[in-house]
Formats: sequence, C-alpha cells, structure tokens
Amino acid sequence: MTRTGPFAVVCVVLLGATAAFLAAPVIGILSDVAPGDIADGLRDPAARDALRLSLTTSLGAVALIVVFGTPAAWLLATRRFRGRGLLVTLVELPLVLPPAVAGIGLLAALGPRGIGGTLDDAGIRLYLQTAGVVVALTFVASPFYIRQAIAGFAAVDSTLLGASRALGAGEARTFLRIGVPLARHALGAGAALALGRALGEFGATLLFAGSLRGVTQTAPLAIYERFATSFTSALSLSVVLIAASIAILVVTRLLTRSDDAPA
Amino acid sequence: MPEPLQRTLAALALLALAGTLAACGASSSSPPALDVSAATSLKPALVDHPPDYQPATVRVALAGSDQLAAQIRAGATPDVFAAANAKLPDALFAEHRVERPVAFARNELVLAVPSGSHKVRAVADLARGGVTIAIGAPSVPVGSYTRTVLAGLPANERDAILRNVGSEEPDVGGIVGKLTQGAVDAGFVYRTDVRASSGRIRAITLPAALRPQVVYEAAVVRGARHAAAARGYVAMLRSPAGQHALRRAGFLPPP
Repeated sequence: MTRTGPFAVVCVVLLGATAAFLAAPVIGILSDVAPGDIADGLRDPAARDALRLSLTTSLGAVALIVVFGTPAAWLLATRRFRGRGLLVTLVELPLVLPPAVAGIGLLAALGPRGIGGTLDDAGIRLYLQTAGVVVALTFVASPFYIRQAIAGFAAVDSTLLGASRALGAGEARTFLRIGVPLARHALGAGAALALGRALGEFGATLLFAGSLRGVTQTAPLAIYERFATSFTSALSLSVVLIAASIAILVVTRLLTRSDDAPA
Repeated sequence: MPEPLQRTLAALALLALAGTLAACGASSSSPPALDVSAATSLKPALVDHPPDYQPATVRVALAGSDQLAAQIRAGATPDVFAAANAKLPDALFAEHRVERPVAFARNELVLAVPSGSHKVRAVADLARGGVTIAIGAPSVPVGSYTRTVLAGLPANERDAILRNVGSEEPDVGGIVGKLTQGAVDAGFVYRTDVRASSGRIRAITLPAALRPQVVYEAAVVRGARHAAAARGYVAMLRSPAGQHALRRAGFLPPP
C-alpha cells in the first residue's frame, strides 16, 4: 500500500471490525473470570476429569488420523486416478457437515441399529463409550490433517520423488525417506489443527457418545453442562481451552512459517 | 464478575440472532414477534401443533429449562420463559429477572423403552447388569425429577441403577434420541415425549409412590420487548385454547 486511498481506509476499518468481532468472545471470557476463579474451577475433580478425557481422546484421535491419513494423503497427492476427485470431496466432507449430523450418522451407522449390533455380539461397543468419543473426534477432525497433508505432499518437488524412484527406492521408501521428511511441517501443522478441532468437538460427541463424567463428558460438554449450573466454572474451563487453542495456533504458525524459510 | 460487559456481549449475540431471524421472516406491518424460551418437552404443544395466538407471531426456542434460565441470567431477554418445573421460574422471580410465574400444565414422568425392546419391564430391571439407561443431567428438570424417583428407592438398588447410566443428557430430547436409536435400553422421560414419538418408544408407568409432581410454569421476562403480548401469551396458555393445545399433546391441567 503505497498510497492511502479510500479503499485502503475501508479495508483497514473492516479489518478492525473483523478483529474486534473475533476477539470479543475471548475478551469477554478473560475479563469475566478472575485468576482465583480459574484455580477454583480447576480444583473441581469433574472439571479435571473432563480436561483429562478431552486430552486423551483428542490425542488418540490425532494418532488414528495420522496413521491412516498420512498414506491416504500421499496417494491422493501423488497419483492421478479415476474417482480421485470424489475421494478428496469425501475426505473433506466432515469440514462442512454439521457435527450434529455427523453424530446422528455415526449413531445410525455404528449404533445398535447399524453395524453396532453385530459389533456388540463381538464384544465391541463404541456408542456411549470413551472409544466412541475417539471415533467422533476422528471423524470430525480428520480433514484438518488430511487436507494439509495432501497440500504438503503435493508441494514436494516431484523431481526428487522421480530421482528416488529412479535410484531404485520403492514407493514405501520414497514415502518415508523423501515425502514425509519434506512435508513434515505441513504434517505437523495439520496434526496441530486436527488436535484443536478435536479438543473443541461438541455435537458429534454428544449425539454419538453421550455425556457421562469421566467416560464421555469432554471439556466442551462439561462447559455446556456448567453453563446452567456454575457459570464461573464454565468460564474457567473455557479459559483452559482458549489457552490450548492459542498454543495450537502458535505451533501451527511456526511450523507453516518455517516452510518458507530454509529449515 | 463484571456483569455489564457480560450482558452487553449477550445482548450483542442476541441482537445478531434477532437480526438473522428478522431477515428470514420479515414482513411489513406484521404483529410483533414474540420470543418464547420453552422447555424441550413443550415442543409438541407449542411448536408442532401450537395454540392460535393472534396478537403476535410466536417464535419458540427450545432447550433444557436450565440452559434457558442460564441464558436469562446472562442477560438474554426472551419475552416468555416456559419451564418444565416451578423451581427455575421461581428462582428467576426471586432474582427479579421474571414477573410472577404461573403454573399452566402438569406432566407425568415415565420410564421409556424402545418399542420392540423387552429388556426392561419395570424400574427394578434397571438395576440389572448389562442394562444401559439415559437420564437427564442433574440441573435439567427431567434429570432432577429422575433423581427424585431414584431417591425413593432402596440405596443399593439406586446405586446399581446409577452405575447403569450410560449418558446424562442436557435435555429430554437427547434421551428420546438415544432411546429411538436403541443406544440405551431405557430412560426417564415425560409421558408427552412418548406420545410425540409416533410409536418409536413405549412408556412404562411409574408406581404412584415414586411419581414426582411435574408442574410447568411460565413467566414474562423482565425487560421483554413485547411485555403486553408476553402477558397475553402466558394468560393464553391457561385459557381454554391453550389448555386444549396442551391436552392434545398429552399434558395435564395445572394444579
């Protein structure tokens, strides 16, 4: 911007409005809760259960997403085949699908009226269980990782991949030795974003896994319950999630920024 | 806690919501839009087949009564608050947040099971191993009534039932959903929910000695934009037209 024209002024004003609007909920929470309240809220064993459950189920979901999603993203990024576009759309579906719809869909598919009945006979139950929380989080958070991974793999210089193959490295070796190391920042950023989405998940978890302290009541569900019972306690849990969200974004930014700079 | 800021933010959020709604249903010189915050269980009576109320266009927002009360405490001002108990409106009245509440209906808490399922036939079955049940969270009226029922049972039976709880749902809609999907074997809901489920869930009547008194109260929210229309609406709920709509949905007359 070399000249301050009217358009630049409009942009600055709208950016200011956007920033103020987006910051309002965070400022609202932080200005409403005293540090002592946060400490008190976090001394509540139920709140700690919720945070612990959120952390373990989110990490579990991200682990599943990375294990399944990395090779899947590699294939989608490095191969052109029939139905690829359809698969990419499918992989991105949870981004735009309302979480409540995801929850109902998971219950219909994996619940007792779906294949859950058969799983039950085999002694595996997902709905209303901690494992069900992981399933719901994995479904909702997966595109945040896979999209980033596809972009990361696609940005790897294809001549390097060609050279690797020409020198006799198999596809697995090329993937592990060239693809993953060169796309590591994108993969890390994607995993961080998926973790953030998983930590914040509400609707799919409630509908598929329910809400039970220590078993399926994650931090967002605990916040919803506390909204009605103890606003201060809901706020203190919110502060923890805000801190986690900011930390995740900082990590993501550092990772994606170092892509531009020489590593 | 600096309340004014919290109120301002709540008001801003509400304003945005109202703006969106107004943009959806704006028509020239229409009657005022009356915002009614109602307990989820009132859906069949107030939303599916609502009573005729000429003076206003009624918009009903459904949620657990405890969530709606918390919104009002946070500064939201719907015109009317209609709760599935007397406790929450009475508490808000004591806090000068609503006008004097009036009872307008009663309901009956029942044990519900998916239609076709015979795993649970009576309250005693809830204590058996391998049975999963859904109940309301402690703060939502349906959950609080459920705990009253359980408090009337011997301690060992009550503890066994609580161990079988698979989910504590934020409102009665969540319990009905888990039941219709067969995700739980039984749940405590209202008689009217079973009636509205079109045969997907079946009611098991609770013994009279265990049955809690379920009274619905409505109140005009202080600061309501359409206070006159709100008072008219609350009066209408007790009028023959309102009572007819409630009775049709299975509600009982107020005490």
